[in-house]
Amino acid sequence: MTLLPSKFGPYGGQYVPETLMPALAELETEFVAARSDPAFQLTLDQLLADFVGRPTPLTYARRLSEQLGGAQIYLKREDLAHTGAHKINNALGQALLVKRMGKQRIVAETGAGQHGVASATAAALLGLECVVYMGAVDIARQQPNVFRMKLLGAEVHPVTSGTQTLKDAINEAIRDWVTNVRTTHYLLGSALGPHPYPTIVREFQSVIGREARAQMLREIGRLPDTVIACVGGGSNAIGIFSAFLDDPEVELIGVEAAGSGIPSGKHAARFGDPTRGRLGVIHGTRTFVLQTEDGQIAETHSVSAGLDYAAIGPEHAHLRDQERAFYTAATDEEALQAFQLLCRVEGIIPALESAHALAEVIKRAPTMRQDQIILVNLSGRGDKDLNTVMNTIL
Amino acid sequence: MNRLASAFRHRPIFMPYFPVGYPEIPTSIDILESLARNGADLIEVGLSFSDPLADGPVIQHATQIALQNGVSTRDGISTIAELRRRGIEIPLILMGYYNPILAYGLERFVQDAVQAGTDGFIIPDLPPEEADELEQILQKYETPLITMLAPTTSEDRMERLAHRARGFIYLVSVTGVTGARSDIPAELGELIARVRRHTAVPVCVGFGISTPAQAAAVGQVADGVIVGSACVREIGESEIPVQAAAEFARKYRFAR
Repeated sequence: MTLLPSKFGPYGGQYVPETLMPALAELETEFVAARSDPAFQLTLDQLLADFVGRPTPLTYARRLSEQLGGAQIYLKREDLAHTGAHKINNALGQALLVKRMGKQRIVAETGAGQHGVASATAAALLGLECVVYMGAVDIARQQPNVFRMKLLGAEVHPVTSGTQTLKDAINEAIRDWVTNVRTTHYLLGSALGPHPYPTIVREFQSVIGREARAQMLREIGRLPDTVIACVGGGSNAIGIFSAFLDDPEVELIGVEAAGSGIPSGKHAARFGDPTRGRLGVIHGTRTFVLQTEDGQIAETHSVSAGLDYAAIGPEHAHLRDQERAFYTAATDEEALQAFQLLCRVEGIIPALESAHALAEVIKRAPTMRQDQIILVNLSGRGDKDLNTVMNTIL
Repeated sequence: MNRLASAFRHRPIFMPYFPVGYPEIPTSIDILESLARNGADLIEVGLSFSDPLADGPVIQHATQIALQNGVSTRDGISTIAELRRRGIEIPLILMGYYNPILAYGLERFVQDAVQAGTDGFIIPDLPPEEADELEQILQKYETPLITMLAPTTSEDRMERLAHRARGFIYLVSVTGVTGARSDIPAELGELIARVRRHTAVPVCVGFGISTPAQAAAVGQVADGVIVGSACVREIGESEIPVQAAAEFARKYRFAR
């Protein structure tokens, strides 16, 4: 009954209360219309150029490549996008859809605070009311972003139910949405949730991959051998992967958060832990979910709030089944080491989320030849993580 | 005539919700029995889930406590069996979110639940679009998945969903999550009339009903009145919850 396919293989779908089904249909209709409306595209492209600062650069990481002694490493610099992460691409796109739908209010969830900041920014720019739900635990570890959201005029609601992290913030955002659905849009920040969200978020994040692919061809004259991105819900990863799906020679690698190590049980590796990461339904979508034997959603852990979530975007589950993308995991420890290495040898402070992708680069680059190329999505900058890192490495 | 159909011989019916495992497992079974013996015409027996996104604070709190008490989906099914063993004859509907049911195994869940004496299922995060797999199994066991409709449901969608409804329709009275509201929406009568244009199946109304007076008012226009959060709160706050359940049911039940 949907206009666009609602599933990726057996994954995805619309597992939501009846009250929301019409809102999903309305959103899909608006998205389909906007996608083929040149005026909408022009407005979005102009904002991405003049407000976000796109295209973001492609940086050759010379010293990192030399130090690892294998593949040449290129960084797609989403950390240089306005607000400091890729999240703004999707927040602006959806906020423009909200204007088209004639709604005045957005609610958003946030883990690390990056999507909350992006949503608050888009709302300020376009004159929308913005409420951000954030777990109390995440509020404590991401104070600078909480203050940023408030400065931008958003209301930040601490969520004290459940584990007080991202999944509970999503529950609260959905409850608000269900209550105020006639006036409110849920600005979902990752490639998750019920259809059409995974498709919409991929579309708005695909600018990362389109730019990176063109930049590789223009600057190096060839495609990368390997593309690496971290995967929480998976929006930055699907954004960069999407441009290379039809280039079978390009290997795609997603990196989950292994937290304190998979055997410890304290992690967010949905694919990496086959005993607890099983097919399930959470937040409107059917995908791999960390859960107990009785189907209760498991508690997760990662040093990076943005990866600390029990489910993975449904398209990633499908890409993994198709063996088009491969998924691995990096521990807190490995991510913190990668974080410090990039600071020292490249003069770039990465987000802890992105540091998980870099941890995989550190493992993989030395095993590759010097004429091979790794493209890494540096999804965000690390300023927001300084407190966490200070407390951890000192 | 099956239990569900006989329950609707007299209308309106009073349908409380209570979760298994709150305040602890044995007491919750006594509470459910007490509701049944004191005027409930049908009971929604609640299964707990860590992320109940359609529920307000009262039911969130109660189901979290149930989970802390170690309640499982199997305990929910055993509760149905125990109520039947104690001679409870009214229809019992299991209400729970989809993930724990998937984890239990769809076919095994339906088989065990129906065998225990379950008369139907309510799964708030499973719209008909995603229910084919479960519906196929339910057909074999001749047990309905209750159709939910909402004030936001469009006319053509309402027609489509109402046509396939069996047992009864669960009409969500307001846009929102479960929980007490001070007023019954003025458009409720009109909403019910819209549903009735498409089906002869009984229409039961839930979400937000929190006083006997509101229940009576809704009972004027609906075939059944569902009371969840108010029931859970009043019984949960009591020092003598089993007795509180009896009093609650007597306050809400409809005179025959």
